Amino acid sequence: MTVPAPHRRRPRWHIAVFLAPAVAIYTAVMIFPLFNTLRLAFYTREGQERVFAGLDNFRTLFLDPLWAEQFWNALGNNFWFFLIHMAVQNPIGIALAALLSSPRLRFAAFYRSAIFVPTILSFVIVGFAWKLILSPIWGIAPGMLDAVGLKGLFQPWLGQEETALTTLALISVWQFVGIPMMLIYAALLTIPEEILEAAECDGITGWAAFWKIKLPLILPSIGIISILTFVGNFNAFDLIYAAQGALAGPDFSTDILGTFLYRTFFGFQLQLGNPHMGAAIASAMFLIILAGVSLYLFVVQRRLRHYQF
Amino acid sequence: MSRARTRTATTLAAHAVLIAYTLVALFPVFVILINSFKTRRAIFREPLALPHAESFSLIGYETVLKQGDFLLYFQNSMIVTVVSLFLILLLGAMAAFALSEYRFPGNALMGLYLALGIMIPIRIGTVAILELMVSTGLVNTLWALILVYTAQGLPLAVFILSSFMKGISDDLKNAGRIDGLSEYVIFFRLVLPLVRPALATVAVFNMIPIWNDLWFPLILAPAEATKTLTLGSQVFIGQFVTDWNAVLSALALAILPVMVLYVLFSRQIIRGLTSGAVK
Repeated sequence: MTVPAPHRRRPRWHIAVFLAPAVAIYTAVMIFPLFNTLRLAFYTREGQERVFAGLDNFRTLFLDPLWAEQFWNALGNNFWFFLIHMAVQNPIGIALAALLSSPRLRFAAFYRSAIFVPTILSFVIVGFAWKLILSPIWGIAPGMLDAVGLKGLFQPWLGQEETALTTLALISVWQFVGIPMMLIYAALLTIPEEILEAAECDGITGWAAFWKIKLPLILPSIGIISILTFVGNFNAFDLIYAAQGALAGPDFSTDILGTFLYRTFFGFQLQLGNPHMGAAIASAMFLIILAGVSLYLFVVQRRLRHYQF
Repeated sequence: MSRARTRTATTLAAHAVLIAYTLVALFPVFVILINSFKTRRAIFREPLALPHAESFSLIGYETVLKQGDFLLYFQNSMIVTVVSLFLILLLGAMAAFALSEYRFPGNALMGLYLALGIMIPIRIGTVAILELMVSTGLVNTLWALILVYTAQGLPLAVFILSSFMKGISDDLKNAGRIDGLSEYVIFFRLVLPLVRPALATVAVFNMIPIWNDLWFPLILAPAEATKTLTLGSQVFIGQFVTDWNAVLSALALAILPVMVLYVLFSRQIIRGLTSGAVK
């Protein structure tokens, strides 16, 4: 230890004073409830008593036809929700960022701020706004399609089982595309001019420069965006709840793990709330998110080469 | 010559794409705002027209202000957001200072423990959080929300602030120590002012998710007196779903404060996002 002498002699209470409040709140309100939720998943209620039930709740969740159907439906929907994000949000975000970062582009700051506006709105606003716009009663969407001669294409997208989930996923993409755009834009700006100039000398410009030089350099940012999207999607709730209600209609076709957890934990209409089954669903969500994050940290991130300039 | 021409063409194409996407991004907000100022008939007959003398009406806003307690909701959201941000910044900076400034046994372990919460969403613990709030009597108080948002914001705050504080020169702090300043004075007087840009980044990262959250207000504080603006507008719209004037006006009123915050802070938000804080 080569710490300079002055603050070594006295007992260093100030370290505890600086750390204690943050650690106390974080432990009491986040870490402790997290583990307590995982623990509650192994209990059940009999009369007024809370009794240990082993893996019963998980057996019910995965195997009992009443529960399993809902659980696998929500999980499958959740994966579809995530896939749409990956397939649509990232390419659009990258394309917008690439356009914005082109040199000497005027009004870039304006475009950037405007495209980011949906990201700051709450799910409640976004959900209802799109519900109104896509509503067949109001007629904005059919009217606009009519104007370009495509009226026949209009369908009540949010009201049909086959299209509702995809429509909601696209609304969510519309809302969040600003985040990948910003992060990739920042990554593109850090690519040094010399590298691009050197490539230009070798005759690599335009599209080729983007695919061969810029894209490999922004792969780490794409990795971060993917894991943020994964975690965000697997505890999403607000948009579906605001647009379709807790029953995630029509006929549970937009049910994802977040809405399933809410209904199970709180109860809805005829169903009674069940904290222990809720805890079991939350534990399943925890394991899925943990698996995704570990996959990213230990597999994806190690393979991506980070370039230092 | 031809090269210059293709360059102009590319620039024009870039502008065309960006303008088109900007329209897509702003269109729903625009439609909500203009229609909130129209009569019911005009809303349906000419949804894309701007309000004019004949179609102008404030009936929706009258219903909203009469029926919903939006001023109270706004005040609740404001209290929750401001107090949570204050606690995240103050407690986060204190913990970050302890971790980055002093060597003590368990330092690295403590850093790792606090970093756990960056990737794991606090919503997973909701079942036990509700139980905790019920047993401490905090359910249906704003404190329940403030504590949850503080706990949720601290991990990233400590992470960003401690990496920033490691960059502050030791000479300055040691000069303060030689002058006999206590560690607390060094933190509040010397270090905090220097990390102001990082504090702004942390604040903008947390501000909008806290303001917009629906999950925890719905579960921990759904009482009329503690509804936040997000929950309040959700419930109001659910009740008035057939009154289009009221729904559109409620949406417009919910958009307003966030847009004001965005216009005020958009530079910090964008700088925060692009400064590579999420590396």
